[in-house]
Amino acid sequence: MEENSPLVQIKDLNKSYRRGNQIIPVLDNIALDINEGDFLALMGPSGSGKSTLLNLIAGLDQVDGGTIEIGGVEITSLSESELAEWRASNVGFIFQFYNLIPVLTALENVELPLLLTGLSRKERREHSALALELVSLEDRMDHYPRQLSGGQQQRVAIARAVVTDPTILVADEPTGDLDRTSAEEVLQLMDRLSDDLGKTIIMVTHDPRAAKKAHTMRYLDKGELTDAPEISFTECL
Amino acid sequence: MLLKLVLRNAFRHRLRSLLTVLGMCVAILAFALLRTVVSAWYAGVEASSANRLITRNSISLVFPLPLSYREKIRQIDGVKNVSYGNWFGGYYIDRKNFFANFAVETESYLSLYPEYLLPDNQKTSFYRDRKSCVVGRKLARRFGWKIGDTITLTGTIFPGKWDFVLRGIYRGRDDTIDENQFFLHWDYINETLKKTVPRRADQVGFYVIGIAAPELAAKTAEAIDRTFENSRAETLTETEKAFQLSFVSMSEAIITAIRLVSFVVIVIILVVVANTMVMSVRERAGEYAVFKTLGFGSLFLAGLILGESLLISGLGGAAGIALTFPAAKTFAAAVGNWFPVFKVEALTIYLAVAGALVVSIVAAVIPIWRVVTVRVVEGLGRIE
Repeated sequence: MEENSPLVQIKDLNKSYRRGNQIIPVLDNIALDINEGDFLALMGPSGSGKSTLLNLIAGLDQVDGGTIEIGGVEITSLSESELAEWRASNVGFIFQFYNLIPVLTALENVELPLLLTGLSRKERREHSALALELVSLEDRMDHYPRQLSGGQQQRVAIARAVVTDPTILVADEPTGDLDRTSAEEVLQLMDRLSDDLGKTIIMVTHDPRAAKKAHTMRYLDKGELTDAPEISFTECL
Repeated sequence: MLLKLVLRNAFRHRLRSLLTVLGMCVAILAFALLRTVVSAWYAGVEASSANRLITRNSISLVFPLPLSYREKIRQIDGVKNVSYGNWFGGYYIDRKNFFANFAVETESYLSLYPEYLLPDNQKTSFYRDRKSCVVGRKLARRFGWKIGDTITLTGTIFPGKWDFVLRGIYRGRDDTIDENQFFLHWDYINETLKKTVPRRADQVGFYVIGIAAPELAAKTAEAIDRTFENSRAETLTETEKAFQLSFVSMSEAIITAIRLVSFVVIVIILVVVANTMVMSVRERAGEYAVFKTLGFGSLFLAGLILGESLLISGLGGAAGIALTFPAAKTFAAAVGNWFPVFKVEALTIYLAVAGALVVSIVAAVIPIWRVVTVRVVEGLGRIE
């Protein structure tokens, strides 16, 4: 990767889905650059393809055409197993519904991605405890997801996303299932991850308040990417 | 972590898992018991000696052979010793008290069956007393008989009440030997017949022939049968094993049915465990997608699912195998008179273990295939 070049470079990206005999285009010649340390909010109406774009950037899906280069690696040329390996060390995921494993404690959930590293059990525990401390849940380590509130579960999910110190963090509607107070806590946390720790975050959201926290906003509609329209104060209420 | 996940996943739906474990336990227990019934059927065959031949009337076992054949058989090459006997067909008090009882030429017979262990003093008193009998340990225990007791059998083939003094109780050399038999003196029956029905005297139901070596069996059998060719009572000589098998073959259809049912039981439980696994995995499709998202490969996911299937089937299988032994004991006590040797064989246990393993592996195949082949985004249900 060249110095000062964007961390994420997307060129001529196309993606469509097949429904029966019908081919439905979702993304049409998308081009997007994201710099290291940027906090990007992707907005757009339902069905606009923003989650599809996020999945492609995160290496969860295959493109129909175009390239995605992240940190100098062209992930569009990787096989399924190579992509899985790449995801394990380069991407942290934050989902709308937290997606914690219900039979594991908060600490064990955070420890999960570290199982794919060469760390010892003790080191994994130390890293996981540190990540939980970062999200202020050090006193909830032994709690199971069902014993935590929605906001707390999302913070555990954030700890799980950052514990491997990934290249990028992708968040799909991270506040979509939270009440206003919890959502605010989660957004502040993401803000800190970006500002204090310099994490590169790509967030899909419908929520204008969440989008306002981002450094950059892009708007996706009918498969095309544009600059985001101005968000009024009332939309943020 | 994998083990922890397997263990916790296996009991997320406790009732469902416990019912599946219970089903597996009952299936393995049924399988092992049915297999043991089949083995019990073949117990006589298994206990047969390769050094013994049985000669009977070629028409049917129902028809007797003349006692005079004894000397002729003894002179045939390969023959070491000869004994003879009759199926006595008596019962004790009630017809339902069934057990095998034979009138035999005592000394030669017991010398041909060294697997019946009888103390020398009991053997001697049995030989000396024509109105005596010897019984197996299990039979004596069943009716509470003790040495010196007088036992009255009601004859069916040889009508009348027959009193015998119990002079010996034998035990088997190993647990494959039938300890439910009753032996009495052929001479005693024959002397009585001479007085009451003389035309039935000096007739035997079968000859037991000791041969020098197992490889002489075919040649000797042929020689015996050739000797009595075109006589008024032609013979059929075969190895003891073949003789026993001819009895078993009469029940071949039943045995095949039992064998088939034992495997059907395994197939049924396979479907039950597979259903449990499919339901569990379908409910957790999102979780497996999360594992994939985090970078876990197919091998890890297959390990999770297979581990859970192995745990559930293993617990049920282990419980089933553990219960087989007391259940077989209870079963043997209830049907001991029909199955004198009812023993759970090592092969049955190996087959039960293999059955449980096969069930757990096959039940996990479809869920593993589904989880491995589904696209991550489909699993997450995130396509917009």
